[in-house]
Formats: sequence, C-alpha cells, structure tokens
Amino acid sequence: MKKKLLSVLSVATLSLSVLVAGCGGNAQQGAQQGQNQGQEQAGGDQAGQKTVRIGMVTDVGGVNDNSFNQSAWEGLQKFQQDNGLPQESVNYLQSTSDADYVPNLTQFVKDGWDLTWGIGFMMADAVKQVAEANPDAKIAIIDQEVQAPNVESVLFKENEGAFLGGVVAGSMTKSNKIGFVGGVESPVIKRFEAGFIAGVKAVNPNAKVISVYTGAFDKPDLGKQAASGLYGQGADIVFPAAGSTGDGVFNEAKDRKSKGENVWVIGVDKDQSLTFGKEITLTSVMKRVDQAVERVSKDVMDGNFKGGQVVTLGLAEDGVGLPETSKDTVPADVLAKVEEFKQKIVNKEISVPEEPQE
Amino acid sequence: MNLLSTVKTVVEMRGITKRFAGIVANDNINLVVKKGEIHALLGENGAGKSTLMNILFGLYQPDEGQILINEKPVQISSPNVANELGIGMVHQHFMLVEPFTVTENIILGNEPKKGLTIDIRKAQEEVRQLSLKYGLKVDPEAKIEDISVGMQQRVEILKTLYRGADILIFDEPTAVLTPQEIQELIQIMRNLVNEGKTIILITHKLKEIMAVCNSVTIIRRGKVIDSVAVKETNPDDLAAKMVGREVNFRIDKKPSEPKEVILAVENVTAVGNRGVDALKGISFEIRAGEILGIAGVEGNGQSELIEALTGLRKVKEGRILLSGKEITNQTPRTISESGLSHIPEDRHKRGLVLDFTMSENMVLETYFHPDFNKNGFLDFKAIDRHAAKLIEEFDVRTPSIHTPARALSGGNQQKAIIAREINKDPDLLIAAQPTRGLDVGAIEFIHRRLVEQRDKGKAVLLISLELDEVMNVADRIAVIYEGQIVGIVNPKETSEQELGLMMSGGKRTEGGGTVE
Amino acid sequence: MNRVIQVFTKESFLVPLFAIILGLVVGALAMLAGGFNPLLAYESLVVKVFGDLYNFGEAIRQITPLIFTGLAVAFAFRTGLFNIGAEGQFIMGMLGAVYVGVAFDLPPIIHAVVAIIVGALMGGIWAGIAGYLKAARGVHEVITSIMLNWIGMYFANYILNAFLVPKGQQRSEIVHDSAVITLQALSNFLGGARVHWGTPLALICAVIFFIILWKTKTGYELRAVGLNPHASEYAGMSVNRNIVKAMFISGLFAGLGGACETLGVFHYLAVMSAMPGYGFDGIAVALIGGNTPIGIVLGAFLFGALSYGAAGMKFSAGVPIELIRIVISSVIFFVAAHGIVRYLLKPILAKRKEEGR
Repeated sequence: MKKKLLSVLSVATLSLSVLVAGCGGNAQQGAQQGQNQGQEQAGGDQAGQKTVRIGMVTDVGGVNDNSFNQSAWEGLQKFQQDNGLPQESVNYLQSTSDADYVPNLTQFVKDGWDLTWGIGFMMADAVKQVAEANPDAKIAIIDQEVQAPNVESVLFKENEGAFLGGVVAGSMTKSNKIGFVGGVESPVIKRFEAGFIAGVKAVNPNAKVISVYTGAFDKPDLGKQAASGLYGQGADIVFPAAGSTGDGVFNEAKDRKSKGENVWVIGVDKDQSLTFGKEITLTSVMKRVDQAVERVSKDVMDGNFKGGQVVTLGLAEDGVGLPETSKDTVPADVLAKVEEFKQKIVNKEISVPEEPQE
Repeated sequence: MNLLSTVKTVVEMRGITKRFAGIVANDNINLVVKKGEIHALLGENGAGKSTLMNILFGLYQPDEGQILINEKPVQISSPNVANELGIGMVHQHFMLVEPFTVTENIILGNEPKKGLTIDIRKAQEEVRQLSLKYGLKVDPEAKIEDISVGMQQRVEILKTLYRGADILIFDEPTAVLTPQEIQELIQIMRNLVNEGKTIILITHKLKEIMAVCNSVTIIRRGKVIDSVAVKETNPDDLAAKMVGREVNFRIDKKPSEPKEVILAVENVTAVGNRGVDALKGISFEIRAGEILGIAGVEGNGQSELIEALTGLRKVKEGRILLSGKEITNQTPRTISESGLSHIPEDRHKRGLVLDFTMSENMVLETYFHPDFNKNGFLDFKAIDRHAAKLIEEFDVRTPSIHTPARALSGGNQQKAIIAREINKDPDLLIAAQPTRGLDVGAIEFIHRRLVEQRDKGKAVLLISLELDEVMNVADRIAVIYEGQIVGIVNPKETSEQELGLMMSGGKRTEGGGTVE
Repeated sequence: MNRVIQVFTKESFLVPLFAIILGLVVGALAMLAGGFNPLLAYESLVVKVFGDLYNFGEAIRQITPLIFTGLAVAFAFRTGLFNIGAEGQFIMGMLGAVYVGVAFDLPPIIHAVVAIIVGALMGGIWAGIAGYLKAARGVHEVITSIMLNWIGMYFANYILNAFLVPKGQQRSEIVHDSAVITLQALSNFLGGARVHWGTPLALICAVIFFIILWKTKTGYELRAVGLNPHASEYAGMSVNRNIVKAMFISGLFAGLGGACETLGVFHYLAVMSAMPGYGFDGIAVALIGGNTPIGIVLGAFLFGALSYGAAGMKFSAGVPIELIRIVISSVIFFVAAHGIVRYLLKPILAKRKEEGR
C-alpha cells in the first residue's frame, strides 16, 4: 500500500518538477542558441577550426548538486560558448549508482568523443578500467590520481582554499566555536578540514573547530541535522564540505537566521552566496572545478592533452580561493588579512597541512 | 390463498431470468409477495435464492423479466433505487464498522445534519424510537465490536428501517445465531409484520418456515418448484420439493454398543481468549462405538475444549488420554498421528487452505507421509490419485481436483474435509458444527457418515449448537455450561426443554461432570 | 506448473503488458510536456539496450541483481511475508563475498564458490533475524526488515573501514582473482561488458524458486502457512518455524545477488553513502512479475532495461534522468493498480470471453 502511494506521489511530483525544469531549461537553451549564432557569425573567419566534443559523467550527486558536479558542467558549458562550439558538442550523463560509472564513461568513449570527464574521486576505479580498455580514448578525472597514460588527473589543494576560509571564520567568530560538516571521510574532505582548522588557528588560537562527518554527499537532511547540532552547541559559523549534503546546512542556517540568530555558513566548491544568498553565506571556499574543466578541455582542443600527468591546482594557479562577492559580507580588514595569508602560501612561506593536526 | 388475494401485492417478479457465464441462475422465476406477510424463499445452497434477491435489491440486473413494486413496474438499477422504493436487505455477513457506535452505523450515509456537523443527539433519539417501536433492544451508544452477533443483526435491521424500508429481505438470518437469539429474531419479525412491514426470508431451515412464515416459494436449480401457504404444507413435503427426492430426517441407526474408553478428559482447565479460564476442570469419557454429543450455548467453552483436545490450546491443569496414551499439551501433529481426526468448526479458517487446490487440501495433514513425500519432494501424482479417490468416494462435486477450494460450495468444501478426516481412519473423530450453513441433502450425508464411523467401532465427539442435530445423531448428550459438563443425558429420555434448562445453567444431573 | 503457464495466458499476461504500454504513454506525455521528442527518446532507449554488444552485456549486468532481489521479495510474498529488507540482505551478501574474496586465499573456483555461499548465508541470516523476531516476538517483518536495511548498511561500512579498506581509500581491496566470477570469454565477446556467472545463477535460482515452492514438502508447508496460518497450525505445521525458514530462503536469494554483484561487477565493495537500491527495485520487480519466477525474470528485464536505457535517452534525446523515472514509476503504478487497467481493458477482455465460448 505504502509502495503504491509512494509511486503515485513520485509520479506526481516528478512530473511537476520536470515540467517546471523542462520549461526553464528550454528558455535557457533558446537564449544560448541565440548567443551561439551570434558568436558563430562573429567568428565566421575561423571556419577551418575543427570542432571537438567533450562529455562528462557525474557521480551519484547528479548535475544539480549545487556543488562540483554542477560546477564542472558550468565550466563545460562556458567552454562551449567561449569557443563558439555547437551546443551538442558538450553533454553529460548522470550516474544513479556506482555501477553506472563504467557504462556512462564507455558511452562517450565508444562514441568517439574527444575527451571524457569523470567528476569526483568515486569514479577513479571506473576511469582506470575504461582507460585501460580504451587506450586511444582521452579521459580526465577530478579529485583523484589515476595512473594511466591516457588519463589526466586534476587535483586541488583544497587545504589552501579552506585555509583562507578558516582565516575569515577565525577572524569573525563571536562565540569562538566554529563547525565543520564533512561528507564521506576521504582524503579530499580531510584536506578541506585540515586547511580550515589551520586557517582558524592561524588568526584565532582560542577558537575551537568542531568536526562532524555525515558519511554522505547526497543527503541534505543529514546536513541539516548536523548543522542543527553544531549551531545548538554554540557555533556561529559552519563550513560544510559535503556536496549536496551541505545544502541542509544552509537550510538550517536560514531557519535560524529568520529567528534572529546570528549564524553564518561558509560555502564550498562554488560561490554559494549566489545560490543561498548573502544573508547567510559569509564567503565560499571555491574549488574552481569549472576553470579546471575549461582549462583541460581547451588543452584538448588545442592538442595539448597531458595524458598520464597529474595537474595540481592551488592558490597560485587560482584553482582554489574565495570569491569576489565576499567583499559584501566580510569586512575589508579581514579581507586584507586573507590576502596577506594568500601571498604567504603562494610564496611558500606557510605550508598548509593536508591532514587535520591533533 | 383466497384470503390473501384481497390483500395488496407489494412485490411481483415476473419471468426473471439471469445467466452467469453459461449457468442459468434464475430461470423464468415468478414470485408474488403480499403486503404484511412473511414470505419464505426456500432452496438448497446454490439454488438461486440469493441471486433472485440480489436482483430485487438492485445488485444485479435481470437478463429477462419484469419487477413490480406496489403494482407498478420499476427498474431497480442499484441498491440506492431499491432503498428509495422501500426495499431493505439484511445481509448474512454484516456490513458494519466495528469501532463505530450503533447509532453511527445506522446513520452512516444518511446522517442528520446540523450545519456542518452531524446531529448525533437527534440520531440517537430516532434510533431509540425505532428500536422501541419494533422491540429491537439495542443500546444506541454501544460500539459494534462490544456487542453480540445477535445485537449486530438487530443493528442491520434498524439500518434498513431507518432508511424507511417497508419490504425487508433477510438473507439466512439465523445461520449465525444461537437458539435463544433465533427465538428473539422470530419475535422481532412478528413485530415488524404487525407494524405493517413485509418480510422476505431466504432460508433452508424448514423449522423456521413452519414457525414464522405465511407462505413459501421453493426454488430448485434456478426454477420455481412451488409456491404454497405454509399452513397447507408440512416439513417433509417442503424438504422433498427442495431436494427433489424424499428426505429422511430421522437417522436410522441401531442402538450404540459402547466398548473400551477411547478418550478420557480429566479435570481439564484452560485459559480462553479473554484471558480467564474457559474450561474449568471439565471431565468426560467417550467409548468406542458411540457418539457423544456436546450441547451448549455458544461461548461456554466448546471452542476451547476442541482446541485443548487437538493440541491447538495449552491445557493448564488436568489430563487428556487418547486410547490410554497421554496427549495433554502434545503438538497438533503428534495428536493427529495418534489417531485423532478433527472436522473444525470454521472450515474457512482452519479446515482448508482456500487458495490451495482440492488435491493439495486433501493431504493437508498427511503430506509428509512416505506415500506422498519422497526425500523432501512431494509426489503430486500420488497426491492427485489420493484426492481423486476421496472425491469420488465422498461425492465431492468439484470441476476438477485442481480447482481451488475457494471455488467450491460450502457443502462440497465440508464434504471434502470430512472425506480427508475420515480417511485417516481415526480412533476418535471430533466433528465441530459439521453441518453449519449446509442444506438438507448435505446434512443428511454428513450425519450418515458420522453414524457409519460409530458403527465401525470408532468414537465420535459431536459438538453442535443445533439441538436437533445433537438429539438426532448422538447416543449420549453432555451439556456444557461455563466450561463444565453439567449433565449427561440419553437423547431418547430427554426433551428440548430439559436440555434448554441445563444449557442455561438451571439444572444439573448426576453423572454431570465434576461438581466442584 | 499451472501457475507458471498462467503468466502467458490471457488476462494475467495481457494486463501487465497493457500496464507497461500505459506507463510508456504517460512517460511520453511527460516528455512532450517537457519539450522532448518521446519517439526519439524511446528509440534511443531501445538502441542503448540492444544497439550494440557492449551495451547489451551491460544491460544484462543491470538486470541480474534485480532477478535475485525480485525472487527474494516474491518468495517471502508467496509465504505470506513482506520482505522489504532485500536491500540489507543484498548488502550483507556483498559484504560476506568481499570479505571472503579479500581475506582468504583459496584455489580458483573453490574461492568463488565459498565467497558466494558465505554471501548468500549472510543474506539469509540477515533476513532470518527479521523472521525470528516475527516468530518469537510478533514484531512485524516490515518494520524489522526496513530497520535491518540501515543496520546492514552501516554495519557493512563499519566492517569495511575496520578491516577491508586501505588507508586513504573509500573502498575495500580488490578481491583475489580466484574469487572473481566474470564470464571472461563472453565479456570479451561483448566488448568488455561486465557479465558474470551471476546471470546464469539467477536464472537457475528462478527454477529453484519454482521447485522449492511447488515441488517440495518444505514449499508445500511454506505456501500453506502463507495462505492460511490457522489451517496450517490445525494441520500440525509449525507456523513460527516456517516464518523463519521462509525469510531465510528469501534472504538467500538477495544475498546471492549481492555476492554476485561484488564478485562479478566491482570486485570490491565501496563504503556506501546510500543503499544500492536493488532491494527496493526488487519489490517493484516482484510486483510486475506477479510473484511468479518467469514473471520476475521478465519484470527484471523490463526494469533493468528501462533504467539502463535511461542513459541512452539522456545521451541521444537529451531527456533528463528524472523523466525515465516517471516512465518506470508509471509502469509500476499501472501494474500495481491493475484495477484501473482491468477497467480499461474490460471491453477487450469481455470480447475475448465471448469468443472463447
């Protein structure tokens, strides 16, 4: 009985949401097409330029995770627009379970696409398998090193970006309690945590960072729960590094803000103030997955694919950092401090730990 | 007849024919019911009585024929139309909402409104008035789940009256009632008629017809056999018309020749479903070659006694011996294998797996025997042969041995159970309400089989709520009252009055069980 | 045997078929509303599944665990129990198999067989717990089996982190080659698709499902208890023992599915942030398949092909994954609400009946 009811409900809600999403999407596509036509006309003299096709496969978070899957897809779309490529030259496939990674990657590879992205460390095994099975294919992966001659691995120094976020948090906390919400315990998330804690301690040795791991990247309810616990313990700033689980943290902060509590969230991966608003988003530790995707895709178009190599993007490469919009929420003196630390890290005067120090 | 012809005809059904998937359920049936009479519709199970009444109540549409209500032709396309025409039906299986009160059930679908809310006070008052008028004693505020079956039936009757019914159809109303409740129902029907209502009574019980009805229409295999005034006929004549041959009510049986004790029940105490002792130190014996009947009003420990004997209920104190071997608190299987067979009182709940085929049902207690079970795999050929043999021997009418038990009529289901149980060749056969809801032909068959068992030198325990049955079939009658045997009498030397008195706890006889 | 044949006869076959078509039509309407071309989408779906050997092999891979979990749910259902815990039993199967595969060193074939058996037993025991709680304490199996899903998942994550996951990783070590059950020759033929021995095993299990229920003494008891516990008790069967037995066998099927998935597809077990979902989909498969073995194999094929083909719809027709979920949900909806379908089919069925006479 329950099951039936659920099916009915899911049918109903899905059709609604899809209708809405479908309409919105169409308008956008239309606009994009218009833009493309303009660009194509403008760049008509470059007619000889060969077209490339670049695909990406999301992990189970899906393309609307408000986080790095979405960021990657935005990067890919920007790449397509900036280079005046036809719309169908970029595409993505979503994975609903681990088992989908291999066939999804294979779909692009077998279809002869010039580059296939695997977004997220969870896809490492699948990327390796597909790369070995298809030595001619070009594959790139974010967040994990895969050793294969035809795979370019893109890593980020999340700890450096998170350090700056920690500087902001440490400078602005009033309760001297700061929360961290992690997704699945993994090296990437550990780097976020380590850098963040180090940043806080660097400016405010008295502040305490409380870390919680939810064990999931796709469970906003767990994020909300964790945030509720942290704010409840007196933390006034929480930094989630947990994919769409982090949406729940924003949600909880919004609830509390509307009740008059002065709480903040530090966004992750993207400039999340654009999604969740400046009332609660203090700043964001951006991981420029979009830029990385754009950059490597451009390399492929220009024939500079670095197969077998690991590219690590840190502050120096602008692969991580805080967004411009922070100036609206963070006082100038704090931002100055941030800039100061950034230079020190770029100049290697400070080395940011990769694992949380006890 | 002449007398009645001056009275108005309230229901006339002319040439009604109804077919179901190749079967003619009603074949050109004519029925005339006069105002203010109780008209019986008599027939065996499956004769077409219920179909005809469902047509009158608007649940089915006839393929041919015409219906006149109060001498005007009508189209009864749904029960709602029937209600508007003043026709109400009291179904055999009650359609009541258990957690609701009597009043709430009666007004369901017809609630008196006060603004947006239900005017429950007014409804209660109306229900009280109605029940006073027709002598239907019910508490309007009681919950259905707390009142007896007889009371629930009254609620069903009140429901039809509340909706303004003048013609009431009763579908086998006595099947679920105790003898006392039947008496009360008969009185209620008389009250209704005195107040100007007309009643059509579907039944196959001749005694009731003789007691309460004015006229009777007999239906056999979808056709009207006869329509007569009750005072111009007699039970034997009615039975012959219903079954199509002479029926013997008195069972021809030799005097019993009791031999050794087969079942000895000694001071057995057991807790009932309500958590209190339902059996309070009950004791009795059954010998080989006799039928012991247990008479009693429902709920005096009969069900608990059967369950205690068959291993389905734990015995708290006392002993049960089967052929000298103790079977107290053994598992049902051990007891069954020790030579006890059991025709359960509720054949749908206990007796059959309704969704199993007949063949599968015939080995319900013996499937693990080496005849059918080869190293954990069942030999379905052997099982089918076994089933075919029993079905033939006991004349179970089924389209095939692979037909699900659910598809068979009640009588044939019961015959199948009896076939299965007797085939186990038990030392003791427990028959609990073996003829409940069955028609005359089937009852006769079953009674003959029980006597046959006895004559083979087996012991039979017959537990029945029908006094007639116990008096006809048993060699000795033990009366059960509040978990004890209050007396054992010889059916030839007793009367219904005496038994009735004992059943209500008013009299004990010597040899009457264990007096504390 | 009759019951199996019934699947293909008249109404019982026609109704699910019509339900599927209705589901596809509703999905098509949703696609039209979203501005997509449903014909192109369905074509892409078919092409994705049947278009080339690799994808066909991968679709088979997707279908296989659904047969196992479908059988698990249906087996319990046939015995009067509602096993919502196939998910947890599947996970326990994966865990058992990966543990044996990683921690033991055994000769080829034997290693795989032991790993599969351990996985199956883990699934069986996991379901047996729910059965035991029902038999001994009267706790409804729906509640316990749902809860055991979560316990199973976190238990598996705990065991993985404690014993099987190397530092800095998110998954167990790869199982030894001796425990891998890939059908290598077939896989090569299918362009590297991850086909494995689990598929033939699943089909064998469908046959075993039939044999246990309709040929053995055990099956007779299980069905009797499922259909009428009172009559079974009267007939001397132990209702409680049969409940535990039924859940155990049901769990064996799910556990087998999990074991084969690990040993055949991934060769490792990742720390789970969400349940794999095969157990829940198994409920739908059992429903679509009418709890008959052939029905389940067909239902799993439908369900697996739809979900696998979803990527094709996205890839070639641009239809988002959410839409294919609408199609799948509508199909289940119409199969579950067969009253609606029967109503719509009434004229056709009535006509058939007339002709039949």
